[in-house]
Parts: sequence; C-alpha cells; structure tokens
Amino acid sequence: MSMNNMGRPTNIDGVANDRTSASTVTGNKALMLKEALIFESGSPDRCGVDIAPAPETESRLGGLVRDADIGLPGLSEPETVRHYTRLSRQNYGIDLGFFPLGSCTMKHNPRLNEKMARLPGFADIHPMQPVHTVQGALGVINELAVWLIKLTGMHGVAMTPKAGAHGELCGILCIKAALEARGEDRKIILVPESAHGTNPASAAFAGFTVEDIPANADGRVDLAALKARLGPDVAGVMITNPNTCGLFERDMKAISDAVHEAGGYVYCDGANFNAIVGRVRPGDLGIDAMHINLHKTFSTPHGGGGPGSGPVVLSEALSPFGPLPFTERYEDGHITLVEEETCGERHPHSIGRMTAFHGQMGMFTRALTYMLSHGADGLRQVAEDAVLNANYVLRSMEDLLDAPFASAGPCMHEALFSDKDFAEGFSTLDLAKGLIDEGFHPMTVYFPLVVHGAMLVEPTETESKAAIDEFIMAFRSVVERAKAGDEALHGAPYHAPLRRLDETLAARKPVLAWSEPDVTAEAAE
Amino acid sequence: MRYLPLTETDRQDMLRTIGALDVDALFADVPEAARLDGPIRDLPMHASEMAVERHMQKLAAQNSVAGQMPFFLGAGAYRHHVPASVDHIIQRGEFLTAYTPYQPEIAQGTLQMLFEFQTQVARLFGCDVANASMYDGSTACWEAIVMARRITKRGKALLSSGLHPHYASVCQTMARFTQDDLRSGPPILEAATDYDALVAAIDGDTSCVVVQYPDILGRIDDMSRVVEAAHAQKALVIAVVTEPVALGAIKSPGEMGADIVVGEGQSLGVGLQFGGPYVGLFACQKKYLRQMPGRLCGETVDANGERGFVLTLSTREQHIRREKATSNICTNSGLCALAFSIHMTLLGEKGLRELAQLNHALAVKAADALSAIDGVTLLNRSFFNEFAIRLGRDARPIVRELADQGILGGVSLARLFPDEHQLDDTMLVAVTETTSEEDITALVDALGAIMAQETGA
Repeated sequence: MSMNNMGRPTNIDGVANDRTSASTVTGNKALMLKEALIFESGSPDRCGVDIAPAPETESRLGGLVRDADIGLPGLSEPETVRHYTRLSRQNYGIDLGFFPLGSCTMKHNPRLNEKMARLPGFADIHPMQPVHTVQGALGVINELAVWLIKLTGMHGVAMTPKAGAHGELCGILCIKAALEARGEDRKIILVPESAHGTNPASAAFAGFTVEDIPANADGRVDLAALKARLGPDVAGVMITNPNTCGLFERDMKAISDAVHEAGGYVYCDGANFNAIVGRVRPGDLGIDAMHINLHKTFSTPHGGGGPGSGPVVLSEALSPFGPLPFTERYEDGHITLVEEETCGERHPHSIGRMTAFHGQMGMFTRALTYMLSHGADGLRQVAEDAVLNANYVLRSMEDLLDAPFASAGPCMHEALFSDKDFAEGFSTLDLAKGLIDEGFHPMTVYFPLVVHGAMLVEPTETESKAAIDEFIMAFRSVVERAKAGDEALHGAPYHAPLRRLDETLAARKPVLAWSEPDVTAEAAE
Repeated sequence: MRYLPLTETDRQDMLRTIGALDVDALFADVPEAARLDGPIRDLPMHASEMAVERHMQKLAAQNSVAGQMPFFLGAGAYRHHVPASVDHIIQRGEFLTAYTPYQPEIAQGTLQMLFEFQTQVARLFGCDVANASMYDGSTACWEAIVMARRITKRGKALLSSGLHPHYASVCQTMARFTQDDLRSGPPILEAATDYDALVAAIDGDTSCVVVQYPDILGRIDDMSRVVEAAHAQKALVIAVVTEPVALGAIKSPGEMGADIVVGEGQSLGVGLQFGGPYVGLFACQKKYLRQMPGRLCGETVDANGERGFVLTLSTREQHIRREKATSNICTNSGLCALAFSIHMTLLGEKGLRELAQLNHALAVKAADALSAIDGVTLLNRSFFNEFAIRLGRDARPIVRELADQGILGGVSLARLFPDEHQLDDTMLVAVTETTSEEDITALVDALGAIMAQETGA
C-alpha cells in the first residue's frame, strides 16, 4: 500500500525535465484552455435564461410568423460564463500589462468610472423620456461640455458624435455648412500624409476632395508649401497636433492664421490631446474644430474596438452649425434639450442630427468621473507624466534604434522609431511578434506611413517607472535580435495562444460566418 | 493622484536620463504665447473617490429611473431584462481594456467572439454575412445607403415614411452634403404601411428602398413586393430593424429578399443608457461583401495549422485605403457587440423565441386594454411589441401628466415629427417582458382617468 501523500507539500525530485512530454490529449495547456465555437458546443434547445410563459392571446404578427429554424445555439449560464471566461484569457488588455500602442492612448481605465456609469439613474433611463425626468442626465452632458470647452479654450462643443472618426465627420460637415452659409463652394481639404487614415476618409465621406500637405525634414507641416497651396478652392486643413510623429506642430498658430486669411477653416485631429491637456489650449492656436476621443484622453475603455465617443469642440465661427440635439442650461439650473421639436428659429444653421439620440451617454458619465477625479491640477500632471514617460523611452532606445526625429528635440507623448538598422530580411512585424513573447502588447507598427517600418510607442502616464524599465529591457533585447538577424525571430510568437496567423489566406478565401461542416463531403473522403 | 504611479523621485531620475532640466523643457516646442503657466482656472482640483461618487450620485438622483415605475417607452430603444452574467463578463479586464484586435495572436478572445457575433447577426437577419458592428442603427442606416450607391452607381434613395424619423434625419444631414437624393415623408396614420406608394415610386434612377421592419408605428408588413419591384429596376432593398427581439417571432428581412439588413442591437445585452453607447448591426448577402463598411473578422489558420481568427478584407477600410475607403469608421462598438452576443448565447433559439412570444402577448394585452378606454383607438392591425394609439387630442401634455403621476407612458409622435401636426394626437406604446400586468393596469387606469377628465365625461 502506498503512502498517503494528500496535503503534503509537493516535491519536484524525480520530475522529468523533459520538454517533449508537453503535448496533451486535449490540446489544453494547463491554464490555457481551448474553446470551441458556440455553434459547435451549444444547441438551439439549450437556454441560460428562464422566461415566464406567455399569456394566451391571439397573434397580431400580420401573418409573418418565422417558421424556419434561425440556427442560433444556446448555452446554460454556467457554460456561457465559462465560454467567455476562457475566451477572455486569450486576450491582452491594459489590466494585464503594458500596452504602448501609439496614437491610441491605452491608459488605465479607472473602475470608479464603471461604477458610476452603472448607477440606475444613468444606466436605466430612456433617451426619449420627458426632459423634466432626466435633468441629472442632461446635467452630466452639460457639465462635461463645460469641462471640454474650458480645457480646450474653445467656444462650443458638439457632444453627439459616437467616436473619433464620427467627430471628424461632424467637424468637416460644420466647415462645409459654414462655407455654404457664406455662399462658397470650396472642394479641397488638405491633409498631411502622416495623418490617421480616418482624416482623408472622413473628408471624402463628406464629399470633399483630399490633397496632401507636404512635410518638412523634421516631421512637421511645411508651412511655406502649405501657404503656397492655399487659395479660394481650399475649404480647410486637417492637422493632427501633436502629430503622429509624436511632435508638436510649432507653427500651428501661423498655419491657422494663413488658412483663415485664405478663407478656410482649421480642423485639428485631437487623438493626441493627452500630450497637452492642461498645458496648451487648442483654442489659443486658432483651431476651428477638434474632436476629443473620450476613450483616449479621458480613460473610457476601448472594449476591444469600441464604443468610443468623439465630442467636437468648435470655434465661434463654427458653433452655430453644430448638430442636434444639444443641451442649454438656464440661470435657475433647469436644462433643456434642443432638438427638432424645440430648436425652432433659434438654431437655423444646425447641420441636423448625426445619430439617433444624445451621443455616448455611458461614456460621458465615465469621462466626467475621470475629470472630477483628476481635477484641473491632475489633468495637467497627466500630460506632463505622459510626455516624460515617452521621452524616457526615446532616450533609452536612441543609441540602439533609429529614431528619425529624435535629434530635433523632445517628443511629446509618443516616441517614433524606424527599422532602418535591422538585419536584411527582418521587419518591424518580426519585432512586434517578438515583443508578444516577452509579454508586451506591441507598439503601433507601420504607422505613420512617412517613416519606414514605423514603430510608435505611447507609454501613457499610468505606467510606473518599473514597468517602463522592464519594457525598455525587453524592447532592447528584441531590437538587438532583429539587428543581429536572429532567425528564431521570424517564427515568433512562440508563447501566445496561437502562432503567427495567415492573414493572406483569410483575405483570399473569406470565411466570415460559421457554417455546419459538410458531412457528405467528409464521408466521401 | 491615485491614477499616477510616478513619484517625484522617479520624475527627477527620468529627467536626468533624458537630459532635461525640468518637465517644462519637454514642452519647449510649444510657442510661448500658448503655454499655460498653471492649472486651468474655474475648474475644480482633484478629488477623492468618495467625493466624486457623491457628486455623480446627486446627478443620478435627479433622473426618473425606468425600472422604478411603469414604463412604456420604445421608439428605437427598448427596455429588456439583461441577465446578470452579461455585465459580469463584459467587465472582465481582458475584454474591457483590450484594443481593436490588430495583433491577432494575443486577441483571439475578441476575435472569436466577433466571429460568433457576425454569425449570430447574419442568421437573425437572414443574411449571408454581417460585420463586426457599427456605432448604432441610425449611422448603420446611412452607411447602407452609401453602400447601395456604390453598388448601383445611382444616387436616389427612397425612404419609407415608416423609417424612424431620427434615422431619416441622420441620413438627411449627410445627404445634404453628399448630394444624394433622399425621398421621404411623414407616416400616414393608417393600419397599412406605405409600401404601395413606395413600389410606385421606384424607377431606373433608384439606388435603394429603405424600409423599417416593424416600422416606426410598430406595423409589420411583407416586404417581398417591395423587393420584387426594386429588383425589377436593379435597385436594392435595405431593411432596418430597431427591435431585433422581434425576429424571434417574425420572418427575417433576408427571407423576404432584402439585400442589406441593418439595425440597432441595443435590445440584447445593452441597457437603455439614455441613448448610447448602442450597437449598430450590419448584414448583407454575400455578393455585396466587398462593398461593406466596417471591420470584418474571418477564419484562418496559424503557423501550426490551428484554427484562428483575424480582421480581414481591410483593403476596404480607411487605414489602408484612406480617402478611397468604403467608410471612415474606425472604432466601432465592440464591447456592446460582446454584450449582444453573450445575451444571444444565453437565450439561444429557444429562449429568443420564448422571449419574443412573451413580448408580443403582453403587448396584445396592453393594446386591447388601452383601446378599450373611451376616446382611445388602436392604429395598428399588426404589431410586435410596440403600437400606436390615437387619443383625439395632443398627446404631449398627456405624456407629461402621466410622468407626473409616476408613469412613463410612451413617446408622443409630436416629439418625433414636430412639423406634422396631424400626428400630434398619437402616442407610441412599447411593452416588453419587463412590463408587468400591474404596470399595464396602472397605465390603463391613469390614461382612462386623464381621458375622462379631458373629455369632461
């Protein structure tokens, strides 16, 4: 009879040091568990919700009863929770580690924001409730609007745009409406090559023609070339400041003045506002419209691809054209909602509605909670620490890795590198996948387009020095491997739930929905 | 500041490494005239969790909470019971704090979920493929019209008068600047939809016909004849669904031949939240796949031949195609798509059908009880969980009076169509599984009393 070992500390004597025995019959690897699709594990008759029986009534469905199977599998609650919990463990998130995705501002998402957004007074109210029953909700919108106006030094703000690109569209439409009101039909929007893809796409979506603005050697807008292009056909410019090379556009005010003088308007992409919040007000630089990504600067979660929220601050010239609906606060504290029913003669220039309701209320409560937590002093510190962290990364890497604009001076909130010194055949993609094995989310890669093999690192202010030091250590190590031509790097990642994925195959033979395996074809094999 | 890990010592150490005297030196590129010398005035300083919570709670307390009173509002946003596990799962940091899955090897959780979501939406709508979500139903509707313009190379879109007026407004805002020609009008207060008029208006310049199903007044009509007429002129049919739960009971638009089906997914998994964030659903038949806007998740294999998922066909998108992209959309509504998908998984086909039956049966009861009140007439012959009642006088003060009595009784059409005074006497009433029989009785009693008073009976 063997000895009972239960409850005793384990002893590793005699455990084989054998990596080949790592394969398992299930395909699972201890805590990393494989998970089938719900279409493979669920069934149409399984259900994780108890629904009361419907009272007996006649059907009034107009004779259009859905008879055919829909094909929706169900799971019980425990199976559902396990399915998504297993899936979640195959995801990287800010909660897990350093996420230096340039231009995306992946900062910590405070949990107080989540708690406040879930107060029934915010979460369980309907957008069409009578206005006197939602004074607190309108209060949130109004208070957030005041913060945004004061932080940017602008005249007004359109709160309804649903994300950054939607905000761009809103600003561009306001510019078009303002030109229309002046009786002018200008067709050109100038956009630098380094801009986010959404900028030219938004301008085109609004019916404008897009032309490039040339950049100068130090990564900024070429003021002289821009001035030369301005004229009666140019509706405006879209400029990102700080720009996507991580640099402040020193000539911003001069650019604005020149554009205004030529009768155009200045749109600023505010994706990088985190670098300057509390230190610079865009309104002082002559900006006419700028969207603010609440999901970047003001910490609302990215949620694996949204929801975002993109309010647009507007100059005095563009404010009359802002979309419906919006709030108006009276001296007695009462707030009204200006929408189609109530706008009447007072807002004849509004471009109209951009979304069904009042914008991303759930993000407004989170962003306001964040602003109140930081205060004016804390927000200024946010910009300072974000810029400090980025410069620390820049100066800790520049001896090893090409940093195209480093010699020109400090960067703002993100540091830009190129693949110039990598060994033949080694790419930015290899480096990114190598960083995955080291436990980091890669930086933004191949953007901006103006730098070869670009790597854009944005640490944000919510990383500790220790976390950044660890990243720098790993980053340097992978860069050294790429420069030395370590073949193993081509195979990375080795330690992620999956190895490198075949994106070409996915695009060549698109499979975008699950379908039942063809049983007859399999039987014939 | 509780969210900022750097200590003063850290900052000094780091400035030394950088070779900067102080943090101001890092902002040297900012022109002197634009530099702020201290915190922005007239804004409060930082505050503790407790203090912030107190402030926010005070604002929340000034709202009438839907769940705390008899509640009958719909018009594109519906109050359904969201199972507790939905909110638990979407708050897992791995979902909540992830970015768009650009690095698929460490984003399989989001990607597999999106693949499942796309399949669920496609099947619910009766389409071949769906994308990974849009902002909301109204913006999805405009994107569908743009897609139809691309496919047909025609610029005239016919909007049914049964389309949600806010959706029509969103489209009109855009069309004014893009020079698309949109034709629409206010709904006519009849039991039938305007399909006869729509069919008559389709011609060789028409790119698409947009019909809402059920429509803004809750009416359900067979769109097959619209499809037939549109296809005869090589135009597309776009169906708009603002209440996806209905499709657990009634035929899908895809089954009736719709080419593109878009909708609002808020009903499943996503709460009311005063109008957002919601989740736009977007599906179409396979032949139009490459003209779709938005992100698409597709199946592939990894270097070991194992199944995995990636974002695909991105040559349609703005980050590759820039001004030639199918849309400017980037960030969409991923977390709400997750909530939708979890709720749909919990329901499954059986649960969705039961939920739909319950919604419809309660709505039938409410419609019968309300139309039994003197002076109240039911407009609809057909409906799912929302219907219109005519009150014979301005509905707006009645909605307000009900609210003052603690009943959120419905949406007045005058608020939705302020310029159409023939609609002033009509109110939309929505009933879901969250509506109890006591709630219905409370509304019937209160409205009955108001009507008796108003008519002097």
